[in-house]
Amino acid sequence: MSVTSDQLKEAPKMGRSLWDDARDRLLANKAAVTSLIVLAVITLLSVVGPMLTPHPYDQVYRDYVKKPASLEAYPKQDEIQPAFAKIAKRARMTIDSYELNDGKVTATVTSRRKLDERYARYFDRSDLFESAAISNISSDKKSATVTADIQYMHFYFGTDANGRDMLTRTLIAGRVSLTIGLLATFVAISIGVFWGAASGYFGGRVDLVMMRVVDILYSLPFIFFVIMLVVFFGRNFVLMFIAVGAVEWLDMARIVRGQTLSIKRQEYVQAAEAMGVEGGGILKRHIIPNTLGPVVIYMTLLVPKVILLESFLSFLGLGVQEPMTSWGVLISEGARNLQGAAWMLVFPAIFLTSTLFALNFIGDGLRDALDPKDR
Amino acid sequence: MSKINENTVLEIDTLKVDFETNTGMVHAVKGVNIHVDSGETVAIVGESGSGKSQTMMAAMGLLAGNGITHGEVRYRGTNILGSSIRQLNKIRGAKVTMIFQEPMTSLDPLYTIERQLCEPMVEHGEYTWATAKKRAVELLELVGIPEPARKVKAFPYEMSGGQRQRVMIAMALANDPDILIADEPTTALDVTTQAQILELMADLQKRLGMAVVFITHDLGIVERISDRVYVMKSGEVVEEGNTKEIFGNPQHEYTKMLLDAEPTGSKAVVPDSNPIVLDAKDVRVEFETETGFLKPNHVLRAVNDISMEVREGQTLGIVGESGSGKSTLGRAVLQLLPTAGGRVVYLGNDITGAAKKKMQPLRKEMQLIFQDPFGSLSPRMTVGQIITEGLLVHEPQLSAKERDLRAIQALEEVSMDPAMRNRYPHEFSGGQRQRIAIARTMILNPKLVVLDEPTSALDRTVQKQVVELLRNLQKEHGLTYLFISHDLAVVRAMSDTVMVMQKGEVVEKGLAEEIFSNPKEDYTKELLAAAALKPA
Repeated sequence: MSVTSDQLKEAPKMGRSLWDDARDRLLANKAAVTSLIVLAVITLLSVVGPMLTPHPYDQVYRDYVKKPASLEAYPKQDEIQPAFAKIAKRARMTIDSYELNDGKVTATVTSRRKLDERYARYFDRSDLFESAAISNISSDKKSATVTADIQYMHFYFGTDANGRDMLTRTLIAGRVSLTIGLLATFVAISIGVFWGAASGYFGGRVDLVMMRVVDILYSLPFIFFVIMLVVFFGRNFVLMFIAVGAVEWLDMARIVRGQTLSIKRQEYVQAAEAMGVEGGGILKRHIIPNTLGPVVIYMTLLVPKVILLESFLSFLGLGVQEPMTSWGVLISEGARNLQGAAWMLVFPAIFLTSTLFALNFIGDGLRDALDPKDR
Repeated sequence: MSKINENTVLEIDTLKVDFETNTGMVHAVKGVNIHVDSGETVAIVGESGSGKSQTMMAAMGLLAGNGITHGEVRYRGTNILGSSIRQLNKIRGAKVTMIFQEPMTSLDPLYTIERQLCEPMVEHGEYTWATAKKRAVELLELVGIPEPARKVKAFPYEMSGGQRQRVMIAMALANDPDILIADEPTTALDVTTQAQILELMADLQKRLGMAVVFITHDLGIVERISDRVYVMKSGEVVEEGNTKEIFGNPQHEYTKMLLDAEPTGSKAVVPDSNPIVLDAKDVRVEFETETGFLKPNHVLRAVNDISMEVREGQTLGIVGESGSGKSTLGRAVLQLLPTAGGRVVYLGNDITGAAKKKMQPLRKEMQLIFQDPFGSLSPRMTVGQIITEGLLVHEPQLSAKERDLRAIQALEEVSMDPAMRNRYPHEFSGGQRQRIAIARTMILNPKLVVLDEPTSALDRTVQKQVVELLRNLQKEHGLTYLFISHDLAVVRAMSDTVMVMQKGEVVEKGLAEEIFSNPKEDYTKELLAAAALKPA
């Protein structure tokens, strides 16, 4: 038996694992690949987007309440004069002449009270104008020239009932929804896989006790559970993970337990037992890696479920709190304003449904990729 | 070679079968010509992967979705390849019928035998339910099932494997077929049942005058029942002719190799001076099944007071049919199953019912090799990880590099390329996998190895190599084997003492030579007759 030293140095080529095969099959699936791209784009937009949009997500523009989505900048040409006139009236000025030139309004005004340069603040306070100035104040201080720059702003997705930019809000909501979706799923899967595999593998009394715990948790009404948590710990973002994760792992535990029961009768597990490998090693090396196929598939179905659950909780007012938002919150607001402000529903809904669609297609693709026999 | 004539029922003309897979086209069948005359028995022989099953599946339009066929398949002169399912179904299941290997899964567990027998008869339109039911009883009688009128109401789980295969044959006979295609119909059955089924098929053929196409890897069966033989290798027919000619005077190298594949040789008897490695007295294993609330549990005695004594370097062959308790005995000896009585002494230590902790160091020396090389290797681990897993437990002080070195040595010992250790089990053939499984036990330097049907899932030629490997390892390391098998040819080649088991009891026990040349008990004689061994 000779082992030459160069045989040792040169690590032999890695073979193709089942995961490699599954990945290739997944990448051959057009629907799944498209969905992966869509999901990646949505994720990237949610992460980076809010930093690139010109508006903070919680900025309120009182002059732009429920503005429809538009590619053109606000204010629109025909809105400027009425808005200017309205401010002038509030400042008790009468407009003698009005001229709009190159994004700049120049007007001569008269007033019954004495004019002051500080009155420019009336115009600055509006979301439409900036760097307003009052000049050429006549000697009797009754007439002057007002100049103001028009502040052009874009609301590509329109604004909500409070005058906040829907684009930024939709993207920031994506952050929240996706984080909850992924983190809560991760929590649920980790607990579920461990619990189910241990319960299934050790069997007997351990199995009995562990599965009865699952049964008891199953019988607790979810809403009751969440309300209880809120009562004890107050409203909290982290609470959402705990609440959702604590409920969703139950399904996972049952699925993994079923898988484990069949895997533990496989000869490779018996071979490891005959070799004296302890329970922990068998779970880690043999059982859990072989249950991962169905787990991954279930995960892609769990993420949408969790996102919807979060929407439901937020809808009830138990979830995220204003001004922070999530797709569920935006959609519930949009639904209330459907008449006359459809854009408030349409845009977050497009994002949510494309995410859910993409996840479901990926789940389908994964199932075909991981279980080619079941096709 | 008989020519194609008006008697030809089925003719396969330059049939090609390709499969589209991720890694490119796989050419499974490469232009095969086969013809079947009415009333004759044709055998198609080859090892697994030779395309023998795919040829017939393609002819019947039963290929998987990614299969592509070229060529022609003529049933009584008309081409049926590529015709619509409706047209195909007029022939398939009525005039040309198939039976498959696995009788345990080819019957639907939810319906009675009667329902499953009658359905195709009614479907094909020649019977009403009432007449079909009558015919079902006749058919069961024809295939030799006792009490057919009662058995027809039974569910599949109430029948044994042999009986289920008989039902499958009955189902195939229902519409008076011209051709019966049997795809390894006896492989999953015990030797004695196998012999009965073969006898039944020969008898039915004589009485009903149909042609039979026999797809098998077992040359013993071929010699016994077929008129003509086609030998297939990697998608091509390499030799064809009358059975007598092929067996008497094979032309092709491959045919010669197949004919020569039965394991030969025998093992020298180990001297009595060698120390006793395993001494088992009156070992008893019982399984309890719950019968219901407050009722006493039903106790099934799988192993009934069996004793054995195995010396160092000895191989004890344990022979028996499925359900005889031979595997259970092997596991009980290794303390993988609790014993209900008796005691097991290993190298002077009483290990009966020993605690896990006490067994742990002994696990290294007592190893088990399984039957199914596909099931006994974890699909998600590399070969290197699989082989070295035992070292993690028994020699945890080793570094990753040292473990790798040991894996290389172990792979070399079983004549495999050590460069393969980073590959996954699914990339290997059955024989290679069994070698990996052997390497996994050898890496721990065991003393006693229980081999549970280690060659049953392999082709004959591969079997021979594995038997040789096991024999060499035994010689080199002075291993002691408990060799469990239903295959008498392999047992004869491997063991110096033999124990014949039936229903949990020992029927006969003694030196291998004596038992094979001069069996005393009727059951042993029956087993030997069914196996039809060639003289050693």
